[in-house]
Amino acid sequence: MTTPLTPALQIKGLKKTYANGVEALHGIDLEVQRGDFFALLGPNGAGKSTAIGIISSLVTFSEGSVTIFGHDIIRDYAAARACLGLVPQEFNFNQFDPVCDTLMHQAGYYGIRRQDAEKRTQRLLEQFDLWDKRSVMARELSGGMKRRLMIARAMIHEPQLLILDEPTAGVDLEIRHNLWHYLKEINSRGTTIILTTHYLEEAEQLCRTIAIISNGRIRANTTMRELLDQLDSEHFVLYLKTPLPHCPQVDGYALHCPDPRTLEATIHKGADLNRLFSELSAQGIDILSMKNKTNRLEKLFLQLVGHHFD
Amino acid sequence: MPLKQQLIALQSMLIREYLRFMRIWVQTVIPPAITTILYFIIFGELIGSQLADIGGYRYMDYIAPGLILMSVITNAYANVVSSFYSSKFQRHIEELLVSPVPNFIILTGFIGGGIMRGLAVGLVVTAVTVFFAKVPLFHLALILGVAVLTCILFSLAGLINGIYAKSFDDISIIPTFVLTPLTYLGGIFYSLDMLSPFWQQVSLFNPILHMIGLFRYGWMGIQEVDPVNSLLLIVVVIAILTYTCLQLLKRGVGIRP
Repeated sequence: MTTPLTPALQIKGLKKTYANGVEALHGIDLEVQRGDFFALLGPNGAGKSTAIGIISSLVTFSEGSVTIFGHDIIRDYAAARACLGLVPQEFNFNQFDPVCDTLMHQAGYYGIRRQDAEKRTQRLLEQFDLWDKRSVMARELSGGMKRRLMIARAMIHEPQLLILDEPTAGVDLEIRHNLWHYLKEINSRGTTIILTTHYLEEAEQLCRTIAIISNGRIRANTTMRELLDQLDSEHFVLYLKTPLPHCPQVDGYALHCPDPRTLEATIHKGADLNRLFSELSAQGIDILSMKNKTNRLEKLFLQLVGHHFD
Repeated sequence: MPLKQQLIALQSMLIREYLRFMRIWVQTVIPPAITTILYFIIFGELIGSQLADIGGYRYMDYIAPGLILMSVITNAYANVVSSFYSSKFQRHIEELLVSPVPNFIILTGFIGGGIMRGLAVGLVVTAVTVFFAKVPLFHLALILGVAVLTCILFSLAGLINGIYAKSFDDISIIPTFVLTPLTYLGGIFYSLDMLSPFWQQVSLFNPILHMIGLFRYGWMGIQEVDPVNSLLLIVVVIAILTYTCLQLLKRGVGIRP
């Protein structure tokens, strides 16, 4: 039964063993709350595509249960699927269909009348800057346009839960930022979003909750803030106004100069940057700009999935 | 999914299937007409003119219903197997799998595509036939009924082939090694009476013989097979294939790993 408190997605003890014996999921539990912007991260082969495949009914599962807004994906599959929109990693539309037909057919599969489907198709194609291409065969679109077409198709039935599997892979910066803007907008209007991505700064910028999966097991499942708070140190690169004759020393900070105009600082948990800036200023060192040497999430990610981080 | 939405989904599938084969009508609708013209010229005119009448009809006229039905069989099968396999190959079958469309609507949609193409080609080939053969119209409802049932049966068979196919080679093996031989041995070019009693009995196990026999009966009134038994056989085969297809779709064979 669906109540206002029913999670958007609930996975219990989900196991998947493929016919060739590969165990892709070892009994994962996961909950995504309504309205959340959720990141599901993991290295290649970790099991995230299998998990997404099962949630979206593209892959069968061996054990466990999955409910979408309280609807079991097996017993109540029609209601569960009606709540879900999927943007898969690989292009999966008919390459020979005109762009317009791709959306029209999909609308029909969700029981949307053709008159309504036409209106929705026009609105989405205009929104994703594809209206001029409506009569063009899908295979003739550029990579970025194809990606947008898949997102437009996933939105045709206005799903409550949208799953995007690496939606920004291979798209240029402008499209990526437009997409981020769009996703934030629909999330603010109530659409729950699950995102997988290899661009960890993307997950850090967009998502409020995160799960990290590795070898078919959930390694972390918490809020983005709590996860990032686990970091015991951070690395910054400071760009200096004038070259340094020698590398400065400041108590409590590990400093390193790769070249006379660059200073790298390791800041341990609890230490603050203000004191470092004051100490450097006192030594007559002017800082022009600063950046985080590594993406914070990237460092944690590598720790959690068991890779050595240098 | 409410019934009204299921019907909308089915309508979408039928539109998609219709557009798919009509977009390439030069490859789908025209070739059977050309093949039939060649059959009429070579077998009907050149060779047939040297043969005696069969059942009171010229050889050219006798083979006409079989040639029409052969086109229907081949195209209903080809439409579904290629549509289903290419949707697997390009992965746009996933559009249906993630949607709330129930399996029996998916099945009906593909069968509908097979019926549309089978009948469209049947109509074109019939139009060509008019120029070569004089065939009386004995029972129109039976002709249409047999044509539709034939389309359904071979659409189902095409779907099973498409479900199991793992490469483009796999979708041509059954038509080449099973469908074509059964069609040619189904009595298009000869009457069952021409065979020895043993081969007559063997031929009765070929469902295509019953379809062609019924179809010819509808056109010419020549009763080579028992119409009721043959209709019953076709319906039973359709029922078995429908059940098989629904089970395969339910289990996700070939489409859901």
